[in-house]
Amino acid sequence: MKEKLVVQGFANNLKARNRTGVIWHVIFQASTAVGVIALIALLFNVSDGAFGYVAYEARVDPDTLSVAGVPVEDQSKEQLVSLLQSTLSSGAYNKLENEKPFGSRPREEVYQLVVERIIKPKVVEVWNLWPSLTQADEIRATVAKDHPKAELEFVSWLTSDFVTRPQTSEPLATGVRTAILGSLWTILFTILLAFPIGVGAAIYLEEYASENRLNRIIQTNINNLAGVPSIVYGILGLAIFVRALEPLTSGEMFGLVNLTSENGRTVLSAGLTLGLLVLPIIIINAQEAIRAVPRSLRNASFGVGATKWQTVWSHVLPTALPGILTGTILAISRAIGETAPLVVVGASTAISFDPSSPFSKFTTLPIQIYQWTSRPQDEFRSLAAASILVLLILLLSLNAFAILLRNRFSRRF
Amino acid sequence: MAELTLKKAEKKASTNNLRRKPRLGETIIQGLLFFCGFFSIFTTLGIVYELGKEALLFFQMPEVNLLATLTTTEWKPHIGKFGIWPLLNSTLMTTFIAMTIAIPLGMSVAVYLSEYAAPRVRNTLKPILEVLAGIPTIVYGYFALTFVTPILREIFGRDVVQIYNTASAGLVMGILILPLITSMTEDALSAVPRSLREAAYGMGATKLEVALQIVVPAALSGIAAAIIVGISRAIGETMIVAVAAGAGPNFTFNPFVGAETITGHIVRISGGDLSYDSIDYNSIFALGLFLFCVTLVLNIISQTIVRRFREVYE
Repeated sequence: MKEKLVVQGFANNLKARNRTGVIWHVIFQASTAVGVIALIALLFNVSDGAFGYVAYEARVDPDTLSVAGVPVEDQSKEQLVSLLQSTLSSGAYNKLENEKPFGSRPREEVYQLVVERIIKPKVVEVWNLWPSLTQADEIRATVAKDHPKAELEFVSWLTSDFVTRPQTSEPLATGVRTAILGSLWTILFTILLAFPIGVGAAIYLEEYASENRLNRIIQTNINNLAGVPSIVYGILGLAIFVRALEPLTSGEMFGLVNLTSENGRTVLSAGLTLGLLVLPIIIINAQEAIRAVPRSLRNASFGVGATKWQTVWSHVLPTALPGILTGTILAISRAIGETAPLVVVGASTAISFDPSSPFSKFTTLPIQIYQWTSRPQDEFRSLAAASILVLLILLLSLNAFAILLRNRFSRRF
Repeated sequence: MAELTLKKAEKKASTNNLRRKPRLGETIIQGLLFFCGFFSIFTTLGIVYELGKEALLFFQMPEVNLLATLTTTEWKPHIGKFGIWPLLNSTLMTTFIAMTIAIPLGMSVAVYLSEYAAPRVRNTLKPILEVLAGIPTIVYGYFALTFVTPILREIFGRDVVQIYNTASAGLVMGILILPLITSMTEDALSAVPRSLREAAYGMGATKLEVALQIVVPAALSGIAAAIIVGISRAIGETMIVAVAAGAGPNFTFNPFVGAETITGHIVRISGGDLSYDSIDYNSIFALGLFLFCVTLVLNIISQTIVRRFREVYE
C-alpha cells in the first residue's frame, strides 16, 4: 500500500505536510493564548495599581495635636470641634458650620474634617502592589532615607469609603460617589429614551414593515448607525442637546435654573446623547429576539381572531422579552463604559456635589477614570485603577445579570 | 332551512369584512411604531445636517481653505494653520499598528476556535474573549499608558520611546479589536458547510490544508468584511489614543513619539470649555464629519461585500 502511494507521489511529502500542520496548530494556539494573556495582563495591571504602599507626610504632625496625652485620633467630638475652631480661620469654620452644623455631624465626620483641614496628609510617593509585595524592605529603606518625616502605609485605594465619599482634590480623601451617581442618572435617561423607541422600532421592522424601499432604507440606516464612532454621537449631542435644545436641557424652560446647572451641559443631555448611541444596538438585539419567536405562535393567535397588535402585545413580546432585556442590558453596559461622547458633551471635571436633578452638572465613572489617568502623579493613577475596579465590578454584575436572565427565562421552540 | 341560514351568514360575512374593518387603536399603534422605526433616520439626518452645517462654517472662515487643509502638514489652530495631515497621519498609523496585531491574531484565533478547538475548550475561551470585547475603552487607555508604554520603554530605551506614543496606543487598540475580528471571522468560518470539509478530508487533506485551503477561502467575504469593520472601528477609536498617544498634532512616521489623532484632538479640544462659534468649535465638527464619512463608507463596503460575494451553499 505504502509503495503504491509513493509511486503516485503521495506519501513522499506527507511527513512535511504533517509537520507544517503541527507548526500551524501551535501558532493558532499561541495566538489564542496571546488574547487570554492580554486579558490577564490587563486585570493584573489594574489590580497592581489599586493597592500598594503609600508614603505620606502630614503638614501638621498629629502628635502635636494631642491634648493631655490623648492622641488626636482618640479625642472626643467636642475636643475635635474646639480644635477645628481654634486652628481654622473663623470664616472657614463658619462655612463648615453653615454647610452642616457641627452638632449634627457624627464624630467620624468631624475627625475626617480634622484630617482634611488640619493634618492634611500629602502623598510623597506611591508604589504598586507588585513592588510592595516583593521589595517591601527596600521601600522602607528608601522612605526612611528620602522622606524621614513621612509615614509609610500599605493601602487599598479601593475601599468602601472610596465608593461612598464625594470627589475632592485630596487623593487620600477622595471618592467616586459623585461619579457613580452621575453614571446612574445618565443611564436613567439613556434607558428612558432608547428602550421604548428601540423596542418599538424592532417591533415595527419585524412585525409590521412590508418589503419596500423605505423600510429597507430604515434597516440599512440602523445597521450603519451601529458602526458610527461614538465620538460622532458626542459631537451630535453637543450640537443638538447642549446647544439647540439648551432651554430644555438646562432646565430653563421649567424655571429651574440654579447654580448646579449650566448651559445645557447636564445629566439630561448626556443621557440623551448616550441614548442615541445605544439605540441602534438595542434595535438590532431586539430584532433578533423577536425573530426567534416562532411563526406558529403568531398564526395560532391570528387563528383565534386576535388583531396584529393583540398578537404582538400578548404573544410575541412576552416570548421575546428575556432576549430583548438581555440585549438591552448589554447595550446599557456599553453606555456605562462610554467616555468619549461625554467628554465632548461637556462632563465637568471637578464637582464635589452629587447630581440631584436632570439638570445637574455631571461627571461619570469613566470620565473620572480619564481625569485621574491623565494626571501625571502616581497617586492619581492609583485612584484611576481603583475606580476602574469599581467600573469593572459594576459591568461584570450587569453582564452576569443579563446571562442569568437569558438562562432563566429564555424558552426554546 | 339550514341552507338559508348558511347563505345569510355568508352574506353577513361579506358585508362585515373583518379584515378590512378599520380599527383606530391599531392604526395609532402602527403609526407610533413606524415613528420609532423612523427615529433612527432623524439621527442620521441630525448628524449630517449639524456636522455639515458647522463644517461649512468652518470652511467659510477666512483662515481656512479646503485645499490647504487637505494638502498641508501643520495643524496649529492658534496661528490659523489647519492642515489635516498630522492628525490623519497618526490616525492611520495607530490604525495600521492595530491591524497588524488584530488581523493575524484575530484570524488565527478564529481558525483555532472554529476548526481545531474541542467544544469544551471553545466554550471556555469564547466567553473570555467576549470579556475582552466588553471592557470599556478608557480601561484599555489606562492599560496602554501604565503597562504597555513602560514595557516598550524598557525594550527600546527610554530616550527612544516617549511616554506618550502611537505604538503603545496602536498595540492596545489591536487587542481591543481582536475579539471583534475573531467573532466575525468565526461566524463566517462556521457558516461553511461541513460537507466541504468532509470532501477535502476524503481527498486526503490534512487538518491545516482543510482549514487554510478550503474553509478560509470559502469564508473569504465574511473575513474581508470583518477586517473592514475592524479598520473602521480603529479609526473611530478615541479613548485609547486620547490617553496614550499624546497631545498635540505631530506630523511624524516615528511610532515612538507622541502624535495626536483626529479623535484624540476632538477630545482634547472639547475637554476645555469650548465657546460656541469659535474656530475650534467649528473645527471639531469638520473633523467629526470626516470621521463619519470615512467610517460610513467602510461600513457600507463591508456590508456590500457580505451581500454580494457571499458563497451560498445548497
